Amino acid sequence: MKFSVMISEGPYTHQASDTAYNFTKAALEDGHECFRIFFYHDGVNNGTRLASPPQDDRNIINRWSALAKEYALDLVLCVAAAQRRGIADADEAKRNGKNADNIAPGFRISGLGQLIEAGIQSDRLITFGD
Amino acid sequence: MPETKKFLYVNRKAPYGTIYALEALEVVLIGAAFEQDVSLAFLDDGVYQITKGQDTKGIGMKNFSPTYKALGDYDVNKIYVEQESLDARGLTLDDLLPLTWEDEDDDWAEKDSIKVISAAEMAKIMEQSDVVFSF
Repeated sequence: MKFSVMISEGPYTHQASDTAYNFTKAALEDGHECFRIFFYHDGVNNGTRLASPPQDDRNIINRWSALAKEYALDLVLCVAAAQRRGIADADEAKRNGKNADNIAPGFRISGLGQLIEAGIQSDRLITFGD
Repeated sequence: MPETKKFLYVNRKAPYGTIYALEALEVVLIGAAFEQDVSLAFLDDGVYQITKGQDTKGIGMKNFSPTYKALGDYDVNKIYVEQESLDARGLTLDDLLPLTWEDEDDDWAEKDSIKVISAAEMAKIMEQSDVVFSF
């Protein structure tokens, strides 16, 4: 089955991103195909490389980056949501006159159309939120 | 061209206090360009999103409720409001924004977009939808 995932909450405060990760990993290991992971609302905070959680805790951001590398996942941060919350890649930083970017490896920033397209192209779209 | 799917946007939260309502509306407006079969559902505190007379001066936030009136122009004209959610909050259809659309197949007659339905009917609409976004 071809699935996509929407994640609506940031890391650590809510379990949404953890559960989405576990679901995605299990589905991929089971041979299913992931069309896209879309991060919306505070979910865009899953895509900052500046997070430094304690050593003895899971690193939610790095875990997504690693999974993306292993399975060539498409991790998309909503541009409008990311702008509000200070998540930027080099292009976005330049466009908005900022002197730094903070996007984590394996993530990209794009529009909400990517979420709608995921709904159209996938057999199932699963939301993980509060 | 991709196939047409039935999209349902479920709005469950109050318009202010959290950003979900505003960002849900942004998805609906972008999604309207994809020519899918779109419906909106308002239930729980989500019914407050489309109430009349919203005044946000006191909280320093933008009142985005006028945007809902533009939905008809985006061909988003199936708006379902759950009766039980209205009842629980002492609201009636008269408390809601008059959301309308113009039917080009009926000499551009102005028609109501809002349908008040029961929770059981809402469940059926969810079941019949291909893609359900819950905000």
